[in-house]
Amino acid sequence: MSGVGTRGPLLSVEDVKVHFPVRSGLMLRQTGQVKAVDGVSLAIGEGETVGLVGESGCGKSTLAKAVVRLLKPNAGSVVFEGADITHLSPRALRPLRSDMQMIFQDPVESLNPRQSVRQIIEEPLIIHRQGNAATRRRRVDELLERVGLPANSGEKFSFEFSGGQRQRIGIARAIALNPKLIVCDEPVSALDVSVQSQIINLLLELQREMGISYLFIAHDLAVVQHVSDRVAVMYLGKIVELATAEAIYQRPCHAYTKALLSAIPEADPAAERERILLEGDVPSPINPPEGSAFGHRISHPRYKETVGMDLGLVEIEQGHWVARDPCCLSEEDWKKVQ
Amino acid sequence: MKDGDPAKATVRQIYQEHDPGGDALLRVQGLVSAFDTERGLLKAVDGVSFSVNRGQTLGIVGESGCGKSVTAMSLISLLPRPAGKVLGGEVIFKGEDLQKVSETRLHEVRGGEIGTIFQEPMTALNPVHRIGRQVSEVFRLHKKMDKKEAWEAAIEALRMTRIPSPEVRVGDYPHQLSGGMRQRVVIAMALACQPDLLIADEPTTALDVTVQAQILDLIQGLQAEMGMAAILITHDLGVIAENCDLVVVMYAGRVVERAPVKELFANPMHAYTRGLLNSIPRLSLPPKSELNTIPGMVASLSEMASGCRFCQRLGRRSSLGDERPELREVSPGHWVEACPECCGGEARESV
Repeated sequence: MSGVGTRGPLLSVEDVKVHFPVRSGLMLRQTGQVKAVDGVSLAIGEGETVGLVGESGCGKSTLAKAVVRLLKPNAGSVVFEGADITHLSPRALRPLRSDMQMIFQDPVESLNPRQSVRQIIEEPLIIHRQGNAATRRRRVDELLERVGLPANSGEKFSFEFSGGQRQRIGIARAIALNPKLIVCDEPVSALDVSVQSQIINLLLELQREMGISYLFIAHDLAVVQHVSDRVAVMYLGKIVELATAEAIYQRPCHAYTKALLSAIPEADPAAERERILLEGDVPSPINPPEGSAFGHRISHPRYKETVGMDLGLVEIEQGHWVARDPCCLSEEDWKKVQ
Repeated sequence: MKDGDPAKATVRQIYQEHDPGGDALLRVQGLVSAFDTERGLLKAVDGVSFSVNRGQTLGIVGESGCGKSVTAMSLISLLPRPAGKVLGGEVIFKGEDLQKVSETRLHEVRGGEIGTIFQEPMTALNPVHRIGRQVSEVFRLHKKMDKKEAWEAAIEALRMTRIPSPEVRVGDYPHQLSGGMRQRVVIAMALACQPDLLIADEPTTALDVTVQAQILDLIQGLQAEMGMAAILITHDLGVIAENCDLVVVMYAGRVVERAPVKELFANPMHAYTRGLLNSIPRLSLPPKSELNTIPGMVASLSEMASGCRFCQRLGRRSSLGDERPELREVSPGHWVEACPECCGGEARESV
């Protein structure tokens, strides 16, 4: 079990796998599998933010969908507030939906252009049969005010708003039912820096007020570091490092984490630092290398050893987990985990 | 904007600024571009000046809608017609005003002497043609090569951008490549004719940080090799800090600050520049602390003030009233729009 949050887990996933069939040919016979998420264990504590980082195609969004059971994992378990929800039917999941919400990257695509903002925010309240028309109306006004939208916004349509305001509409909808967990899938990636900071501040305030837990996915590592208590680094369907935000940034152990961190452009022209340039892209999850996936990408001399080896997470320091992979650890760290 | 001849007024005003560098590769003076819309003529770029020397990288930074991309498009007359047009100003490239040259000459310049890279590589590539055909087209057009020579040249161009096994990849269609590889193809096309200037509009915004680092490193390397100048448009101040020599900060169609990169980050003068710099989450900040924000929103183009536009956003009145703040040089090469309310400290004294 890797790194349960300090405040007791609200949600935990254990060895979750999500594989998609690859079909081809005339009869659409299954010819392979995309191992989008391949054995991930993670826990999110109450009021905790877990950041999830990795390159596109590493399985971040698939994991997020499996966590809130928008996808059914092929193996492993998802436990929410002590109850196993891995095999629940969509109908049985419905009461739980009010506790788990999602905020998406693209507020344009995730808001219905034919609905007024009021209808968009009211919809979850109607589905979950909360209050009558009058109380719902008050609740929507309250929510609009809470997320910092002008009072007359309810009667407008989403396309009349700027990107940042649209994201606020998405947030208002997500918090309408007082959820315990919100999965934020790249919520600020499409926004300008000044708007990005407004949305981050709003998410942090809501967390302080309502005690919401976040699973926060982003490719901007500076943003993730700022909002997260713990950070999980994903590579090709697996978590390769998991630690407190501070430890990930101050003492990264895995070579991939180090490379990711070194790739962040720093807004300081005077800073001199060494950049680790990774060659190539993330390998295809259809035919992943047999051994260490990252060792394979950087053609590490010890790659051969890792074929058939258990590359699972080990605790290298209190609360700091890293893949037991000789290709990706410094010699010193490798000795520590032996 | 309701003033009689907006273009002329702005150009005159901008001309008061001293001529930056006589032998610059590209010198833009008082560029004004506008779109003809139902609500009248809207100026998206309102008197922008800067210059780039050979081998230099100039960064243009600002929020969406500030006119960064329209500026880039105006330089090579690529504004959508008939709505978009350049109303005034000069674009002097190698001593020649690109606003005045013939269409034929423009065709030579685009792709030949000035290469361009746009944000989304998928839209810049034709999905139904092999990438080899698209890259070799540049050679056939500009270097008058025949099909076979051009194909060979395309392979070399792809090799230069470090695409693995280019002789195989040259036969691929764009959808067969990853985002990073597609962007390399676009770079190969942009650099095929060894241009003097590269205009890159958000070249890495759609890419992962690791791939972004590869692409920027590649552009820098090729620049050093070919002595090419570049204009890099981005909203990412980190990218600016690491890749540019000079920075132009744009707000609402105007340049609010322009300086060498180190000077700009060390002594940001304009309140807008400071606001941008302070909004970035940094490792030095306490985790989960409140981030700085810039209050207010950019006014829509039809409601833009003629005076200081950042004051307009903050809902305060500039002491200059409706008069446009002039650009003043506060230290060598460091220019700032001299609105007393927006420039604190030293700037205020030197204004």
